[in-house]
Amino acid sequence: MTAVLEIAGLQKTYRSRKGVRRALDGFDMVVEAGQVHGFLGPNGSGKTTTLRTLLGLITPNGGRMAILGREVPAHLSEVAGQVGAIVESPQFFGNFTAQDTLSLLAEAGDVRKERVTAVLELVGLRDRAKDRVKTYSLGMKQRLAVASALLKEPKLLILDEPANGLDPGGIREMRSLMRNLAESGMTVVLSSHILGEIQLICDSVTIISAGRRVAAGSVADVLASHTSSGVKVRLEPGVDMRGAVELLRANGAQVTVEHDHFTVGNAGNPAQITRILAEREIYVSELTPTAADLESVFLQLTGTAPVEGRNRQVDQSAVAAPTGGWGQ
Amino acid sequence: MSLYTAETKRLTKRRFTRLFLLGTTLILLAIAAGMFFTNEKVGPSQIASAQAQAQQDFQRATEQYQRDQAACQAPGANPASCEGMYQPTQDDFQAQWYMPPTFDFRENFPDMVTTLAALLALVAFIVGASFVGAEWSSGGMMNLLLWRPQRLQVLGTKLLALLVLFTVLTVVYSAIWTGIFVGIAEARGTTDSMTSGAWQSIALMELRGLALVLVAAAIGFGLASLGRHTAMALGVTIGAVIVFQFGLGTVLSLAKVKFAEAYLIPVWMIAWMDKEIKLEDYNSCNYSSAGGCQPDSLTLTWPMAGGLLAGIFVLIVGASMWAMRSRDIT
Ligand SMILES: Nc1ncnc2c1ncn2[C@@H]1O[C@H](COP(=O)(O)OP(=O)(O)OP(=O)(O)O)[C@@H](O)[C@H]1O
Ligand SMILES: [Mg+2]
Repeated sequence: MTAVLEIAGLQKTYRSRKGVRRALDGFDMVVEAGQVHGFLGPNGSGKTTTLRTLLGLITPNGGRMAILGREVPAHLSEVAGQVGAIVESPQFFGNFTAQDTLSLLAEAGDVRKERVTAVLELVGLRDRAKDRVKTYSLGMKQRLAVASALLKEPKLLILDEPANGLDPGGIREMRSLMRNLAESGMTVVLSSHILGEIQLICDSVTIISAGRRVAAGSVADVLASHTSSGVKVRLEPGVDMRGAVELLRANGAQVTVEHDHFTVGNAGNPAQITRILAEREIYVSELTPTAADLESVFLQLTGTAPVEGRNRQVDQSAVAAPTGGWGQ
Repeated sequence: MSLYTAETKRLTKRRFTRLFLLGTTLILLAIAAGMFFTNEKVGPSQIASAQAQAQQDFQRATEQYQRDQAACQAPGANPASCEGMYQPTQDDFQAQWYMPPTFDFRENFPDMVTTLAALLALVAFIVGASFVGAEWSSGGMMNLLLWRPQRLQVLGTKLLALLVLFTVLTVVYSAIWTGIFVGIAEARGTTDSMTSGAWQSIALMELRGLALVLVAAAIGFGLASLGRHTAMALGVTIGAVIVFQFGLGTVLSLAKVKFAEAYLIPVWMIAWMDKEIKLEDYNSCNYSSAGGCQPDSLTLTWPMAGGLLAGIFVLIVGASMWAMRSRDIT
């Protein structure tokens, strides 16, 4: 397999009157051909910045990037015809119709006129193509954006939060669209916060946190290498759950309280839980290891799991992967 | 080339462009209609009636004079008050001042050329600013750059599309405008004094008008692109106009700066269109035995004004291109 997209050591510092902000801090990413690749990260972690840099909209402060084997931004204009992209809910000039908007793009990019009708059909906007974009709903604008990215039949499709504003039917259509595109040989890079969705459609993922890569690889690999050491704990009915939770927290456990049970996030050795509780004569009725899903791996890697009684601020995320478990 | 046609379509498809051009056309037609109805052709009967009226007024003034003379020389009146009295002469009542307004093409059309150029320049400025400003603020520019990552080419092509459109418009409007006023002059005045030299000078003036329109379009475009918003370009201009017209004018005249008008934009526009403008400083006196006090004067010529226009054009277009090249588009 060949890499369609390669990024190494990417640096970007935004400078403004209020000071400097390091958005990307040596970020790496590799996407193989023919894959659907998920690009995940908490708010403000640098996803959009990465994609904008890749597409030549902003100048990086350091690092190397290549698309389809060509260095960018130096050779961007050679590969631009093969890259379709939407970056963070693109806006369109509101007074033009979808048809006009796409026709003008097609003309500027030397794309056949028939593609316009084809992509409008594909994203389900055929019957509304003659309406002004100003009158579109959020999801319709998003569909138009996807249509504009598909217009030039790209080899590499880059979609920044394409599901933003789509209805459940639309999300499902998007999912099968991605799969079909990937099967036809297109490589898709997809940034999204809907992790269930990513787990369903992506072959591989890159997780970014605070401007650095914290995990990468196929979805199965990422899940396996960060197997959740979480266990679900249920107590005998009528037993005071709060006491047990406080006891475990005092011993260093990361506890998340649910309605009728709680989970311990970092239980390397579940026996520890039963021993601590049994010493206080609290008995466990259920103790099941929770299956690792992308969401918990994501929360663990980025350190953005909600903690009770604290409001996490956007810039508070893990810089490096947390190490070790509790109770081992 | 495909980018150029796409940009021309984008520009002409915009309702903003169309509305402004329609408005301009209506205003121009209203001006032409006004000129048509306020002027009339001068023939023997108009000359005769003007002469009669001049003669009548002269007569009346003379009678008044004689009555006043008689009154002050009457016994009991103060004879000294007679001394300052002025006796009207035939020369004070010339028939030409009693002629109805008539459209002499050679004399009156240059002002109409300036009117057309000024109006088109204003429209070019606003349309240019809104064309690129709306692209920036709506995110259309970013979309386009995803398709064509050559930034200077994209901005340059947009500017080119704008300038070509306004060149075509100005040439067509000037031709029609000239045609309309030749018609008005023939119906309501005269084209008799039009020699080929006079026609040439009109054509050159229209050419200078074209340059003015194009510079205005480029300035609007450049400012809006620098500020990435239409409102920015319009704001800067309104600010500049207020500062220049009122603020600077007042301050300079308070400070008794010589030739304060030379700092005002319209003065330069007139210098450009009329080939020169002469500013005089009435606080000065260059005495000569022949003419008495002659004020100092400063003549602004069209090459000076042209240099200024070219300078502003290069500065603003250059700055917007440089900003386009180097800045982050987010
Ligand atoms: N134009 C800008 N000027 C200054 N700082 C910026 C600019 N754009 C982004 N940033 C900062 O860079 C960091 C990364 O932002 P980015 O938009 O890449 O995040 P993201 O991963 O796309 O987040 P989200 O999931 O919310 O879309 C943030 O801290 C943000 O505040
Ligand atoms: Mg983003």
